[in-house]
Amino acid sequence: MESKRVLSIRDLEISFKTTDALVRAIRGVRLDLFQGETLAIVGESGSGKSVSVKAIMGILSSNGSIDAGKILYTDPETGEEFSIVDMSQREIRSKISGQRIAMIFQDPMTSLDPTMTIGKQIMEGMRYHYQVPVQEARRKAQELLELVGIDNSAKRMKQYPNQLSGGMRQRVVIAIALACDPQILICDEPTTALDVTVQSKILELIQSIQKEKNLSVIYITHDLGVVAKVADYVAVMYAGRIIEKGSVEEVFYDPRHPYTWGLLSSIPDLNLEEEELYSIPGNPINLALPFQGDPFAPRNRYALNIDFEQEPPLFSAGGKHRVASWLMDPRSPKVERPASLERRLKEMREEIGRNE
Amino acid sequence: MSSPLLEVKNLKQHFRINRRFTTKAVDGISFTVERGQTFGLVGESGSGKSTTGRSIIRLYTPTSGEIFFDGHLISGHLNAATRRLVRSNIQMVFQDPMASLNPRKTVLETVSEGLMNLHPELTAVERKVKVCRVLEQVGLSADFVNRYPHQFSGGQRQRIGLARALIMEPQLIIADEPISALDVSIQAQVVNLLKRIQKDLGITMIFIAHDLSMVRYISDRIGVMHLGHIVEIGDRNEIFAHPIHPYTISLLSAIPQPNPILEKKRRSLGYLYRQSGIDYTLGEYHKVSSTHEVLATSLEFEKWSAGDYTDTLSESHNVDSLKTESV
Repeated sequence: MESKRVLSIRDLEISFKTTDALVRAIRGVRLDLFQGETLAIVGESGSGKSVSVKAIMGILSSNGSIDAGKILYTDPETGEEFSIVDMSQREIRSKISGQRIAMIFQDPMTSLDPTMTIGKQIMEGMRYHYQVPVQEARRKAQELLELVGIDNSAKRMKQYPNQLSGGMRQRVVIAIALACDPQILICDEPTTALDVTVQSKILELIQSIQKEKNLSVIYITHDLGVVAKVADYVAVMYAGRIIEKGSVEEVFYDPRHPYTWGLLSSIPDLNLEEEELYSIPGNPINLALPFQGDPFAPRNRYALNIDFEQEPPLFSAGGKHRVASWLMDPRSPKVERPASLERRLKEMREEIGRNE
Repeated sequence: MSSPLLEVKNLKQHFRINRRFTTKAVDGISFTVERGQTFGLVGESGSGKSTTGRSIIRLYTPTSGEIFFDGHLISGHLNAATRRLVRSNIQMVFQDPMASLNPRKTVLETVSEGLMNLHPELTAVERKVKVCRVLEQVGLSADFVNRYPHQFSGGQRQRIGLARALIMEPQLIIADEPISALDVSIQAQVVNLLKRIQKDLGITMIFIAHDLSMVRYISDRIGVMHLGHIVEIGDRNEIFAHPIHPYTISLLSAIPQPNPILEKKRRSLGYLYRQSGIDYTLGEYHKVSSTHEVLATSLEFEKWSAGDYTDTLSESHNVDSLKTESV
């Protein structure tokens, strides 16, 4: 089945003006999202993952500006095309955010209004965007609460956020996001503030709703375990660029970029006994300071000389797999993945073999 | 082995909210920590794991129960000698390095504060020498002494927090979620550092976290807490390879594995505490092996040991596959 493209980002560049310097937070990002599929953007804080999705929603902070590139949204039902970069904030608010693209934020306590009942907060979007009559909005809000697994919905509608637990609040936030039947759901670290047990419940909930409504979902996370659980495609970001992207299978079973190697190796393995956990040396780069070449090079033990001079382009690694590393260049020396990672990859492949 | 460094016996920490209601944050837990070992405490938020740590270091006055540190009772009234014992020998590393460092104090001031209070005989120069040495121990440059917390990254701040604890040359460090606020690539650095320092200096550690995979990596023994009770306690491999308590099993099943094809098929198990009618106060500790204990009534223990988790875990048919997975 050929699925429709709902969102495409081309050569996006975003910078922030600060008192010290101009920070180039996004430096040429290219992404596609298809209907019903899940994309995960992985990276550490400051890598630009949140900034890129904020640009999609038109909610960049006031000192940020989109310098170049395109964000195109295509409505999968009507085929209408919107160029988000060219729209005013007001237009985005009335046509895109909430109705077509909805977002779930990290901390459910800060994204809910403590002075408003839950029911009112779920109905707000429907009333604002579609002028739905109160009765109908109320009925739909109750259905949504049931959908996200909150029982006794009539009573819950009248409660305030502080009367609910963290996991319940996040369910309410999901219900609000779904209120206007969006086509794209953006989840910005939806489970970081939650417990592990609640985390898996919320992720499974989002997955089941996604299937039911044929939603496209963008996850922003730094937890590779979460990515493995939910995503079809993954994009690894570092210092404002996508350094590796592809389907989850491609990236997890055959990672090519040393940064991805580091991320994968630094997860403690439940099956292997290790004395020392692999860690990526150094600290994330400060983009406000000038740098030359690949910003990851100073932390990269596989860095080549050219890494310090010129930033690598995206090389193809077959299929949908793209890698921004000079190691992919045919002229560069052949480099083996670290032995511990190789062992783990082998073990992962065996695990699937065993389970199939 | 000599007597354990820390012994907690039937510790209770209750907080009175009002006349009718008291929160039983910790409700009768017992464990021992041997010298030079790491004891991991895991559980969801509200399970009482942080409260336990804070009671041991006497940020709270325990409601009842006994805590022995190095043979001395430290849970009751503290006199000058025991207070000094607690303050200088037990140190804590907190979760959020930005919130736990005073933004108006330089690294030197922050790290040397404990020395000023407990070793007033040291001169300023001696203090500075000590601070520089401990900074190097945690992987920071000694040039940083005059900087302020905001000039550091999250991982570096957590190292300062650790330096502040280490400078007192403590016997016991309580690390309360020391890595949850850090970036993934930095978490591994800090955990390696903790592990190395612990080994080099022979420090005993209590590591509190909700991330089971990190806890397993760093701990020798693990206690799983739920609603103020330790529901299962044992050597780390016993907990991971043969979990008995349904809560432990649900926690283990919730860890997402970085293996996409496997992970997509796997469903986590829900722990049905309310429906199951389990009452922790009725349970006793049943020994699975000499080091592995489970809180349960005899009936529950029999059921769980036989792998019967009907009513306690949702999708209980997956329990066996989970057990083999984590062996």
